[in-house]
Amino acid sequence: MPFAGATLASPTYDELRATLDWSVAERELGYRPGAPLNIGWMCSDRICQAGRGAKLALLWENFQGERRSFSFDDLRVLSNTIADFLVRLGIAPGERVCLFMDRVPELYIGFLGILKTGAVAQPLFSAFGDESLFVRLTDAGTSAIITQKKHLHKVRKIRASLPNLRHIIVVDAADSPLQEREAAFDMMAAQRVEEFSVYPTVAESPSVLHYTSGTTGQPKGAQHVHYSVISQYLTTKWVLDLHEDDIYWCNADPGWVTGTSYGIIGPWANGATQVVFDSGFNAARWYDFIEKYKVTVWYSAPTAIRLLMKEGKEPARSRNLSSLRHLASVGEPLNAEAVIWSGEVFGHQFHDTFWQTETGCIVITNFPGMPIKPGSMGRPFPGIIAAILDPTTYEPIHEPGVGGLIALRPGWPSQIRSYWNNPKAYESKFKNGWYLCGDRASVDRAGYFWFMGRDDDVINTGGHLVGPFEIESALLEHPAVAESAAVAKPDPVNMEVVKAYVTLKPGFEPGPDLELEIMNHIRKRLSPLAMPQEIEFADSLPKTRSGKIVRRVLRCKEFGEPVGDLSTIMND
Amino acid sequence: MDELAEVIRNYIIKEYLEQGDDREITETTPLITGGIVDSFSMVSLKRFLERKYGIRIPDADATPEAFDNLRSIAAVVRKFQQTTAAV
Repeated sequence: MPFAGATLASPTYDELRATLDWSVAERELGYRPGAPLNIGWMCSDRICQAGRGAKLALLWENFQGERRSFSFDDLRVLSNTIADFLVRLGIAPGERVCLFMDRVPELYIGFLGILKTGAVAQPLFSAFGDESLFVRLTDAGTSAIITQKKHLHKVRKIRASLPNLRHIIVVDAADSPLQEREAAFDMMAAQRVEEFSVYPTVAESPSVLHYTSGTTGQPKGAQHVHYSVISQYLTTKWVLDLHEDDIYWCNADPGWVTGTSYGIIGPWANGATQVVFDSGFNAARWYDFIEKYKVTVWYSAPTAIRLLMKEGKEPARSRNLSSLRHLASVGEPLNAEAVIWSGEVFGHQFHDTFWQTETGCIVITNFPGMPIKPGSMGRPFPGIIAAILDPTTYEPIHEPGVGGLIALRPGWPSQIRSYWNNPKAYESKFKNGWYLCGDRASVDRAGYFWFMGRDDDVINTGGHLVGPFEIESALLEHPAVAESAAVAKPDPVNMEVVKAYVTLKPGFEPGPDLELEIMNHIRKRLSPLAMPQEIEFADSLPKTRSGKIVRRVLRCKEFGEPVGDLSTIMND
Repeated sequence: MDELAEVIRNYIIKEYLEQGDDREITETTPLITGGIVDSFSMVSLKRFLERKYGIRIPDADATPEAFDNLRSIAAVVRKFQQTTAAV
C-alpha cells in the first residue's frame, strides 16, 4: 500500500495525487505504449510467464457445496480452448459475444477467452428476462451468446428477432436436444488448447460492452477498451490492497461492471487468488464461506451489508472470521451505521468506493491506511481529477459543503470510449471539459466527498441502476395499464426500490390481485431488480402541458421532499 | 408434503421456474440460496402468501432465511394465520 504516510519512504496521499501518472501501472504490467495489449492475456498468460502458473486463481463453490478449482495455467489453457472454439465458429475480432450465465467458472474463463479472440465481451445478468435480453442483444448486434440450459428458453423466445445472432453456445447441454444455431461446448471435456495465438488487440481496441440504465430511453452499451486494465489493475492493488497471499472474495456478479472490473480483470491482472460463491444471499452460509476459505479481502455491497446487520452480530461472532483484513463496499453510498457496525463485528470497517459503469474503475474512495469518515465516499484516486460542479454553469465549486454535480476530468484509462451506436448520449455526458457522473455530492474541508443523490430519475436499487423508461415501457405492455411512471422509493435495506404509479384502462379495477399480476409481469419480462416492489393505482399522473409525465413530483412524494419550482417543467 | 406447502410449491413452479426447468422442488430445496427466488423477487412471493391466506407478514419476518425453502415459508404462513385468528 503506497501511501500509509507513516515513513519517509512512502509518499503521502497528497504527494501521490500530485505526481502520479498511469505509467506506473504500465511498467508493472510490462506494457509499452503502442505494443499489443490484451486483457485476456494479461490475466492468464502473463501470470504464467511470471512463474505463477501453478498458483490457485479461482476456487468456486455453489449452494449445493460443489467445488471446482483452477490455477492460472488452467485459466490460460481453458480460455485458449474457448477462444479457439469461438474462432472456429467464425467469430471475428470486434464482434460482440454475450455471456449469459450464472456465476459458474465458464462465465469467468469465457470472458477471458472472448477477449483473447479480439471479440467484445458482453456479460449480461442471468436473471434478465427475455425483454431485457432482447433490448441489449439487438442494440449490440450480438453475434453469439454463451449460456446454460436453464436460460436457453429465454434466448429461444427472442432468437427469431435477432438475425445477427449466429451462434447460441450451451455450456452444459449434455444430451439435451439442441436447435438450429445452437451448439454444445463443454469447457472441461473439450480438447485443451495449449497454444493459442492471441489476437493482437491494442490499447484502444474495444474489449467489454456493459449495458447501463439511464433516465431516458433504453439501456446504453458502455464501450470499454483493453487499456482499461491499467487503472483496474492499479486500483485493485491500492484500494482493495490485494497482496500475493490474499484470498479475495468479490460478491458482484460479472453481469455488472463490478463483477468484471474487480471480479475478473483487477484481481487476475494482479495474480490474486479469488473465491466465488454461486449462491443467493444467506448470512450463515456467507460467514461459513469466509471461515472455510479464510477470505482476507472482501468486496461487498451496502445492501448485503445491511442484510447482514439485520441478522445481528451473533452469526459473525460465532465463527472465526479473523482471516478478514480488509473490507470494501461498492454500488451505492455506504451509510455511516454500516461502517461503524462492520468495525465492531469484523474488527475492520468497510471502505466505501465510488465509481460506475462508465468509469470502469474506482474513482473516489476510502483507502487502506487513511482515516475513514463514516458515510463519506472518500477522496479521489491518484490520477483522477474530481470536482463538484455548479449545475447551471458547470464550473467547479470550491466552497466546502456546497452541493453540486460530481465530475471527473476525462482521460483516465478505463473511461468508456462511447455508448454503443449512441454518440449523442455519449456527448451529453461531457460539459465544459468535464465528465458528469450523474450524481450529486459536496466536498468537505479535508477533501472528502459526501454523496447527496442522483441528479436524474435513475433508480439505484441494491447497488444496481435501473432506468425508469424500460420499466414504464414494460408496464404499458400489460393489458390493464394505460399510463405508467416508475420512480425510486426509499428502502432501509436496498437504499431505493422501484415503485410504479399506473392508471388503468376502462374495465379494469385496482386491487391486490392486479398489483401482484403486474409485479410478476415486470419481474419475468425485465428482471427481479426492475420489478416494482409497490404499485400505486392513480386516477391521473402529473404531466407537463405537452403530456410528458413528471416523475420528479412522484419521487419527491416518496422521499417526503419539497417538489420545488415546477413552472418551467410543467409548461414544457 | 402437506397442502400448504403444495400450494406454495405450485406457485413457485408456475411463477419462478423458467419453461423447461425441470428441477424438483421439495420441502427443503433451497429457493433463495439456490437462485430460484432472489431477494428482490421475495416481495411478490410475500404478496401472494398474504393475499392467498389473508395474513400480513411483517418485513422483519420476511427474511431470505425464512423464505429459503417450502418448509420454512409454510411455518411463517402458519405463524401469521394463528396471529390473525387470535385477533
